[in-house]
Amino acid sequence: MKRYDLIIVGAGPSGLSAAIEAAKRGLEVVVFDENEKPGGQLFKQIHKFFGSKEHKAKIRGFKISEDLLKEADAAGVKVVLNATVCGMYQDKEITVRINDEMHHYKGDTIIIATGASENMVTFPGWTLPGVIGAGAAQTMMNLHGVKPGSKILMLGSGNVGLVVSFQLIQCGCEVVALVDAAPRVGGYGVHAAKVARTGVPFYLSHTIVKAEGEDHVTGVTIAEVDSSFKFIPGTEKHFDVDTICLAVGLSPMSQLLKMAGCKMEDNPKRGGQVPICDEYGRTSIPGVFVAGDVSGIEEASSAMIEGRMAGIAAAEYLGYIEKEELDSKLEELDAALDGLRQGMFAPKNRGQMIEKTDEGIDISTNLLKKGYVADDEIERFPGVTRAKGIHPVIECTQNIPCNPCQDSCPKKCIKIGANITALPAIDPEATCVGCGMCVASCSGQAIFLVDETYEEGYASITMPYEFLPLPEVGDKGIALGRSGQKVCEAEVVNVRTSPAFDKTHLLTMKVPVEFVMKARFFKKEV
Amino acid sequence: MNSVNDRSRDIGEFVPAPDDDMLICRCEEITKGEIRRAVHDGMWTMTEIRRYLRTGMGLCQGQTCARLVKGIVAKELGISPAELEPATSRAPMRPTEMRILAKEAQD
Repeated sequence: MKRYDLIIVGAGPSGLSAAIEAAKRGLEVVVFDENEKPGGQLFKQIHKFFGSKEHKAKIRGFKISEDLLKEADAAGVKVVLNATVCGMYQDKEITVRINDEMHHYKGDTIIIATGASENMVTFPGWTLPGVIGAGAAQTMMNLHGVKPGSKILMLGSGNVGLVVSFQLIQCGCEVVALVDAAPRVGGYGVHAAKVARTGVPFYLSHTIVKAEGEDHVTGVTIAEVDSSFKFIPGTEKHFDVDTICLAVGLSPMSQLLKMAGCKMEDNPKRGGQVPICDEYGRTSIPGVFVAGDVSGIEEASSAMIEGRMAGIAAAEYLGYIEKEELDSKLEELDAALDGLRQGMFAPKNRGQMIEKTDEGIDISTNLLKKGYVADDEIERFPGVTRAKGIHPVIECTQNIPCNPCQDSCPKKCIKIGANITALPAIDPEATCVGCGMCVASCSGQAIFLVDETYEEGYASITMPYEFLPLPEVGDKGIALGRSGQKVCEAEVVNVRTSPAFDKTHLLTMKVPVEFVMKARFFKKEV
Repeated sequence: MNSVNDRSRDIGEFVPAPDDDMLICRCEEITKGEIRRAVHDGMWTMTEIRRYLRTGMGLCQGQTCARLVKGIVAKELGISPAELEPATSRAPMRPTEMRILAKEAQD
């Protein structure tokens, strides 16, 4: 039986991060993953990440994954794919299915980084082909290049539901509605806003009554629910769809830990059955650690830091580093994790109704109920200003830990300051040159360049654009408002593409000047 | 003994519901009504339900339905799902053919 210093189960963001830290400190590390591709969910994430530079902000998820793999490879980590860990026993022995054989391995330490699986909800017809998890839709699109359906209803307005809805639209699907039983949008407002402005209606306080169809989904009925989640008769709405996507939360895949005898708890705040562990992933079994979603549902950026912590803790447990190094590294990572767990969506604020930003500005109620900031709400936020000539309009209205826009501006027009969750503000002293770096750098696609004096009677609006086919200069169409409703006629006057924009195109349209603060998306006439 | 395992507690009669024929465990084709009825037959833990009905014993190994079954059982018992002990975790974690399970690699 082969022995390793450290066995890691799961080659996602936390597992790979743990492997890198441990291998760099001299441990012989192997990572087993049941999938044919490494990277866990990161490889499916085609959007730019939030955060600060240290948290890999504005880098697309799959790129982060590629970088982690390279780093792991350089550190001497062995990653074994198509390797299903089937059991975990006493004395840190595991069984792994590779091809048609069962292999036994022993680890002096083990890190479980198995992640989570998607939750389902039941309604009549939920077992019909065409009802799929949002994660499954993402796997089909972004790993296998398969379009999941043509007309899709998304249930769930958390970040998964919002991000996958956007990706479905990018993939060429029509998202007919975004539905959530909760009374408020669960995910980031900027994610909601970029979906809403393409014309997707949001139905909060609604859920699925039934899926229709004989042998596959042909339609769906939703209805409004009251505060105790009971259907309100007479509020039914029908949509013709061929696919229903469910984005209703994740459950930690913690069975291996339970099997091995780790103390477990059922903690709804962490997503279900989770091991009892300290903040560095040490479980009740000495030498068995956890990292990432398996110990509590969060997201990839914090999973990577948790992974690093567990990897370093494992190195110290085996005596590869001194306690002093452990303590100083963990302190550093604690600070990084703390930086990520700030703002309105921080774990500590989960389930709380926040009515004002840290700056004391009323949160947009429309954003929470309909997915977009209303025209009469937008101008109260510090990123939204009026000025002569070209200037940025930053429609970032919630305190989230993200600040790439600040560094992106070569003219220092954008100020966030030391507090990463502060809303970006415009420095009236600095002069915008219209380079568009901020537009491309905003992971939330919330920055626009506006020029109210573009032409006599016309203003120009530059927006981030990530759809194909790319409109061309001279294309005529309609400008959509934040709500996705038509506001006026529009004409494309510029389309910019640059390696520095990292595949976010900058589309500039001209609209009658009175619509300058209303028009936020371009739709070509067909 | 906590209230979860206090079998002398009266949970009332089984009351049929319109969605009783809805499939919950799709691998083993177990309906919501069967799960609810099993609770009234005296199956009060996830392990008992699993042995009695085979929920979560199919191809997906409960990956899809475990949480749903737990919710139904808890509701029938009038407790929170977090109070119910999950069923025992056993190898193999993923469905594995017997011929493979029996084939130990020589390394």
